Amino acid sequence: MTLQTPLAEVAVQQEGPPVRTRSRSRRRIEPIYYLFLVPALLLFTGFVVVPAVIGIFYSFTDYVGYGSWSLLGLRNYTALFSDPDILGSYGFTLGFAVVTVVIAQVIALALAVALTKRIRFAAPLRTIFVIPMVLSGIVVAYVFNFLFSNSLPAFASAVGFAPLEQSILGNPDLAWLSIVTVSAWQTIPGALLVYTAGLTSIPGDLYEASSLDGASAWTQFRSITLPLIAGFVLINTVLGVKGYLGVYDVIVGLTGGGPGTSTRSVAMAIFGGFTGGDYAYQMANATIFFIVTVIISVAQLLVTRGRTIRL
Amino acid sequence: MSDPAAPRGAARRRRLGGTNWPLTILLLLATLTVLAPLYVTLSMAFKTSEQAVDGEAFALPAPFNPQSFAVAWELTRFPVSFGISLAVAAITVVLTLFLSSLAAYAIVRNWDRRLFRWSLFYLLAALFLPFPVVALPQIQLTAMTGLDNPIGVGILHAMFQLSFSVLLYTAYLRSIPIELEESARIDGATTWQIFRRIILPLLGPMNATVGIFAFLASWNDFMLPSLITADPALQTLPVVQNIFQSQFGTNYNVAFASYLMAMAPTIIVYLIAQRWVISGITQGAVKH
Repeated sequence: MTLQTPLAEVAVQQEGPPVRTRSRSRRRIEPIYYLFLVPALLLFTGFVVVPAVIGIFYSFTDYVGYGSWSLLGLRNYTALFSDPDILGSYGFTLGFAVVTVVIAQVIALALAVALTKRIRFAAPLRTIFVIPMVLSGIVVAYVFNFLFSNSLPAFASAVGFAPLEQSILGNPDLAWLSIVTVSAWQTIPGALLVYTAGLTSIPGDLYEASSLDGASAWTQFRSITLPLIAGFVLINTVLGVKGYLGVYDVIVGLTGGGPGTSTRSVAMAIFGGFTGGDYAYQMANATIFFIVTVIISVAQLLVTRGRTIRL
Repeated sequence: MSDPAAPRGAARRRRLGGTNWPLTILLLLATLTVLAPLYVTLSMAFKTSEQAVDGEAFALPAPFNPQSFAVAWELTRFPVSFGISLAVAAITVVLTLFLSSLAAYAIVRNWDRRLFRWSLFYLLAALFLPFPVVALPQIQLTAMTGLDNPIGVGILHAMFQLSFSVLLYTAYLRSIPIELEESARIDGATTWQIFRRIILPLLGPMNATVGIFAFLASWNDFMLPSLITADPALQTLPVVQNIFQSQFGTNYNVAFASYLMAMAPTIIVYLIAQRWVISGITQGAVKH
């Protein structure tokens, strides 16, 4: 989905203060600048902000998606907190996001470091590693669905590994692993590219000086690489988590939320509201989800603030 | 993460003759995680139905059977779905480039004005807005306004690209010296002429980056078209793939032929345009 493009991760990096401000406040503004800006603002407001506001408004009603409605106050919200299905979907989504972001970032960073070492075929290797990023999530999930339900069990019985002889997609305890795998597979490339950009911006003489002092590769990684790319780790993690929280395509293609509701994400629960008749209820869920997303993102930014080095 | 073959860094590596072969081999093996699923897709597509169900995904197709593509072509009405995907992506890319470059230019050149400064933050706030929050009302609004079709999907894709694109453009525009424009202004150029003749050409690489990201996001999306488009006959390529999950559950060879036809365009475009894709991220990530 569009908001989740792993590449969005790079972006926030530039939000910082260094801005070309000129003391032109007294000058009369040219009307054409409004003409440049207003279409974007109007369309954005109409297609994104207005729907968000409408949705939040309906979360205080008993609206079912059509017909009349009346105000309920906070009743949808209080009901949410005692709904085991909803709590289950939050539990799954948060756990999935944490596990996936850790796995994906560690692998992406390891690959990025490896690709900047003295290796052969660096360019073609990087080209191959980035391919998953350009593929459709749902189609990728369908391919992996086949691998998980046919190839993996066939392989497991061939080598006599009993736990995997049944498809993990049908196992409520293991199905989430398939979603972690495919999500990581898809999002590692974007993070890898961001890390590569970060690593190439580190001056090489830092490493030369430290190896003259006898620093090991691991020491160099810990004391030079990691502090200098901390900003990139932060951005990748914040927007990675945000993306994983909205996970949908991959689940649709792999498990459809099952078995049972063991892999049902918050996004799937919310979309179910349109067909399930509990529109207003799921809009309350969506509003809570928005708040949770913002809190997690801001918390990540605050916790890591001060430890990052601006490049 | 650490580099086992070069514990003493550059000096040791130089003595070993430059290339770190163990790491190279490790990375080559790691590419299998990407290439193996692609290989399975390719080989399954060329199998017969009998061979495809035997579970040996990694076996080569024998006999080699290209007929699945014809069946998949029919079932997914490939030319139609492909055309619709292309139209949606084209609307997205054109709208994104047009709206966000102009808006970003206005914002950067009027940064001292509150309205423009806040406009950027207003647009950026959407980076934290999860799609499910707006999805249900959007379904209703598009249905009411007659936009529950590929055109509406294209417009919505462009809206979701706006934050990211404006962000990239503003960062890039700030690195363009204003002196260029001032001399043109002295020569009597209007703001529109300056944008058209000076800024737009300078934005070239960023246009490519923003355009590619908008294209990929739009072309690959499943969620929005599946929710917004009311008429199943007007669905995009990723969405029509779901017919193989239900109706044609065991025709794996046909399903994989179809998956391959859905994946191939982006892989081809990527292999051609990878220079911009990769440099685009670098430009986005590292400040000028």
